[in-house]
Amino acid sequence: MDDFIQYTINALTLGSVYALIALGYSLVYGILKLLNFAHGDVFMVGAYIGFGMLNLLGGATSPVVPVWLLLTIMVATAMAGCAVIGVAIERFAYRPLRDAPRIAPLISALGVSFFLTYSMQLLFGAEQRDYNAFSLDNGVLFLKGFDIGNVRVPLLRIVIISSAFVLMISLWLLVNRTRTGKAMRATSFDREAAAMMGIDIDRVIRFAFVLGSALAGAAGVMFALRAPASVTIGFVAGLKGFTAAVIGGIGSIPGAMVGGLMLGFAESFTQGYVSTRWSDLAVFTILILFMLFLPQSLFGRADISKV
Amino acid sequence: MSVNGTPLLQLDGCDTYYGQIHILQGLSIEVHAGEFVCLLGGNASGKSTTLKTTLGIVSPRRGRVLFGGEDVTRRPTSYRIQKGMAIVPENRRLFAPMTVLENLEMGAYLQGGGAKDDFDRVYGLFPLLYERRAQLAGTLSGGEQQMVAMGRALMGKPKLLLMDEPSMGLAPILVERQFEIIKEVHQSGVALLVVEQNANMALSVADRGYVLSTGRLVLQGKASELAEHEDLRKAYLGR
Repeated sequence: MDDFIQYTINALTLGSVYALIALGYSLVYGILKLLNFAHGDVFMVGAYIGFGMLNLLGGATSPVVPVWLLLTIMVATAMAGCAVIGVAIERFAYRPLRDAPRIAPLISALGVSFFLTYSMQLLFGAEQRDYNAFSLDNGVLFLKGFDIGNVRVPLLRIVIISSAFVLMISLWLLVNRTRTGKAMRATSFDREAAAMMGIDIDRVIRFAFVLGSALAGAAGVMFALRAPASVTIGFVAGLKGFTAAVIGGIGSIPGAMVGGLMLGFAESFTQGYVSTRWSDLAVFTILILFMLFLPQSLFGRADISKV
Repeated sequence: MSVNGTPLLQLDGCDTYYGQIHILQGLSIEVHAGEFVCLLGGNASGKSTTLKTTLGIVSPRRGRVLFGGEDVTRRPTSYRIQKGMAIVPENRRLFAPMTVLENLEMGAYLQGGGAKDDFDRVYGLFPLLYERRAQLAGTLSGGEQQMVAMGRALMGKPKLLLMDEPSMGLAPILVERQFEIIKEVHQSGVALLVVEQNANMALSVADRGYVLSTGRLVLQGKASELAEHEDLRKAYLGR
């Protein structure tokens, strides 16, 4: 039972990070019908921005601000920085190819992915970077928390899971309740009809990149708080986020959330009950099974919140 | 109907292309304030393209689009809508996964999603839409969807309403009802530029008409005169 609780907490942590990444794929795909393969690398850059901010504010051992503020600043700057990068990627790598055959922006996306990975390697080296989050305030994030039975749920997990959910709910509200969000849904359903209503399509596309990239930036910091990061983390994380988006029904916001959590559970429970080495196999087996037997996915096509 | 003074809409020698294909070939038409003008013509005669050129969804390679005397040729669609254009697109093009209310909001997107007045006015014209406001547009019947498309276009209080095949796909009884509504909208002072396959019906309610063939103007005149025109009767009216 204790194991089960432990694995569930792990699953929720991993799953919410995957869900945040998946949302970026879905937002952009919903509007441009483009797989933004550079998205995983935006996530990686987010982790590095968080790292830079941490160092700027004194590092993990002697931060100049309280831990909660430090984490907030790291996440906020990563979100802002990634949003800017997302807008730049759209402007320079995708917009010139808007009317080109679909393979062209796909190749461009791979190019941007390599560009981001290797320019980060050039700037910061290939070695792993560790936030060393355990040093923060004598390990408060790992030792404090609350207990379920014999299992301690560390504060860090609570912070990651709850902030991911706050971000996802905010996104959901934004897309469903605000004028800009509704314009995004309208554009995703019928771009020309949206233009006929006077909706500025370029602005909507830019906004999708801002939102998706900002969420990836937040996910990057959350990821790197738990485990060391290197410039190559974007590849696998991107693949998993993409898988989550596909399982949930790419283009669908609730689909990305559910897909992300499903992957988190698959990975965590395989790690726990089978073996760590088999977890990626489990994740991608699910992808293949979905594509074979449920190609319309969980929230495909007729979904209300399709974006 | 007065045809003096500056026209509300003027296309002046417009050449519009889709890629390499030359669609509109030096087309000039005009619509005066409060006027009801219909555009007739066979398939691929450029009727829809005329509306898209007017609204700025496509831009002409040569020629000008004037709205209220102002040259809006290089202005984006959003500008033209703010100046008083609106469209009921071909096949309605509703946002099917969104509610009726949200569809109406999109019609007033540039006015911040629609003031209470605008909703009241549209619900007054189509009381059914008020009952169905929380329903997804894609689940409505064809006639109801047409009401949403009309309501959506009227949300922004247009001076000029463009309509692309408003009767297409509607049952005969609904076509008549549709034209009743169009007349009502026209009587409220909105100028109309309507593309219509149902030429008999269109000419019976319009003030003037233009007939296009392969992107060129081949005939124009008062609707009553066009309805009696020999060539037109043979070509389009089937009588």
